[in-house]
Amino acid sequence: MDVVDVLFVIGRVLAVFVLLLVVTILNVWLERKILADMQNRVGPDRAGPWGILQTVADGLKLFFKEQITPRKVEYGLYVLAPFLAVIPAFLMFMVVPFGRPITIGGREVPLQGADLNIGLLFILAMSSIAVYAVVLAGWSSGSKYPLLGGVRATAQAISYEAAMGIAMVSVVMFSATTGPDGTLSLAAIVERQAGTYDMTIPFLQWADFIPRWNLWPQFVAFVIFLIAIVAETNRAPFDLVEAEQELVGGFHTEYSGMRFAMYFLAEYVNIFSMSAICATLFLGGWTGPTFDGQIPALFSALLPFVWFLIKTYAIIFLFFWIRATLPRMRYDQLMQLGWKRLIPGALIWLMVSTVVIAFRQFGPPWS
Amino acid sequence: MGVLSEFFKGLRVTGRVLVDTVTGDGLVTTKYPEEFRQKPQRFHGRHVLNRYPDGMEKCIGCELCAGACPARCIYVRGADNPPDEPVAPGERFGYVYEINMLRCIFCGLCVEACPTEAITMSSLFEMSTWNREDAIYTKDELLMRPDGSVPHMFPDDPLARHKELETADGWLRATAPSGVAAYEGVQGWQGTPGRANWDPEPDQEARDA
Ligand code: SF4
Ligand code: SF4
Repeated sequence: MDVVDVLFVIGRVLAVFVLLLVVTILNVWLERKILADMQNRVGPDRAGPWGILQTVADGLKLFFKEQITPRKVEYGLYVLAPFLAVIPAFLMFMVVPFGRPITIGGREVPLQGADLNIGLLFILAMSSIAVYAVVLAGWSSGSKYPLLGGVRATAQAISYEAAMGIAMVSVVMFSATTGPDGTLSLAAIVERQAGTYDMTIPFLQWADFIPRWNLWPQFVAFVIFLIAIVAETNRAPFDLVEAEQELVGGFHTEYSGMRFAMYFLAEYVNIFSMSAICATLFLGGWTGPTFDGQIPALFSALLPFVWFLIKTYAIIFLFFWIRATLPRMRYDQLMQLGWKRLIPGALIWLMVSTVVIAFRQFGPPWS
Repeated sequence: MGVLSEFFKGLRVTGRVLVDTVTGDGLVTTKYPEEFRQKPQRFHGRHVLNRYPDGMEKCIGCELCAGACPARCIYVRGADNPPDEPVAPGERFGYVYEINMLRCIFCGLCVEACPTEAITMSSLFEMSTWNREDAIYTKDELLMRPDGSVPHMFPDDPLARHKELETADGWLRATAPSGVAAYEGVQGWQGTPGRANWDPEPDQEARDA
């Protein structure tokens, strides 16, 4: 490893950082626009063309606002909590590959913050730390509404993280069968989804364009994972943590200015990261036709990134669509869905896929 | 799976609305400062003091409007008409006329109280000001000009829509100035304030014919 390698690493990290900031700015605007369209409204359209700079304007406004610190807060934790929300949100995306590795000057550069071999564990760890931000914010604010929001966040995160983790396990198990060994690295999981099914059954030959995504064999896990990430990012209909109508904004009631903006930023970065992870695990990440040799090499290198964005945005759109459609759940319904449906469902699916995989690997036990 | 089918039903509704709105015919809101809606005929907007077609002021300084005002926001002082150059027909005219728009509740009781239809309401509601003093409208701003146009506080403001000031309010349409329920033979309402140059209403039979 020499200086150039170090520079490349710094460049990758910066690229991820900038990418996340840009998509956050776009996503806030996109969400408001889509929600508006789903409610027969126009939505933000003043700042810039189609109002695309609205988030920049809002960010500037928040930047110049006073940061009010209520008298009863636990100061240290109160100041720390927003950082605990933002930093894991950014770190989480670091392990997600967002393009095919490219070669610059003879060096292989993976388009990824860092290719950890414990990628999925890292993601789970980061999303657990993000819960601390909400809990600590709720507790250190020294006020009732944030406290309620924080308590809700704890319960919700515990319930849904379990389902999310179990859904991930079945994906990891499945992808172990498509490669030489089991892996938690997201880059490897993506590469194993490349290509299309080669249909051996004669009358199904026309279907050989179907990509080999984990989505098809792991569809149940996909649905469970999708529900769990909506709950994990505290989005409607699982936004009991914020619940504007009951909790006046929940855990961030007592935050203002940049500290509030950090929560906002973290929420949208989380949405993007979680959707990207979902696309990576189930929709084949950046894989897709690149037409190597048929079009200029630059486009071939860019196309995987485009596929990645398209898949991620499909899931983000689903997030927004669901938010525009469903009312907030009641608290007991939330707990029931988590503990009585998702976790048992995920466990049963885990067992089913274990059995199927074992049969395919080792044959039936009676043979 | 009742829940699931309801879920997809809901998604279909919002999806359809999205398509409708994007293609343009589902939109129910307007981009306000650029586009604005037709206001109802009886909209209670900013007041206007009217004139007769010959240019005389209609207000006779009787202070009935001030008496009727529940918000006590009208201040009127009458004065004797100068005999050689009368401002209003009759003995007296409104010498001072002020309305505090910050207190006005736009109930329209002043319009009802006025015996000469001197004060009416227009359709203009963009009345924001930079300070409280500007919110007190004096006779200079309320009284229509001899040519029938109405002054505006900020005439060059992008939101100043002078046409709105020249549509009269519907109270006059709903009542007969003579107090007779049937309009027959009396001068009725017209779409612009003040210029009382309209024809009397025809009688019922003539209208039905
Ligand atoms: S509209 Fe009502 S409140 Fe306003 S000036 Fe007339 S009487 Fe007073
Ligand atoms: S506006 Fe009408 S009611 Fe008021 S002082 Fe003038 S004439 Fe009298």
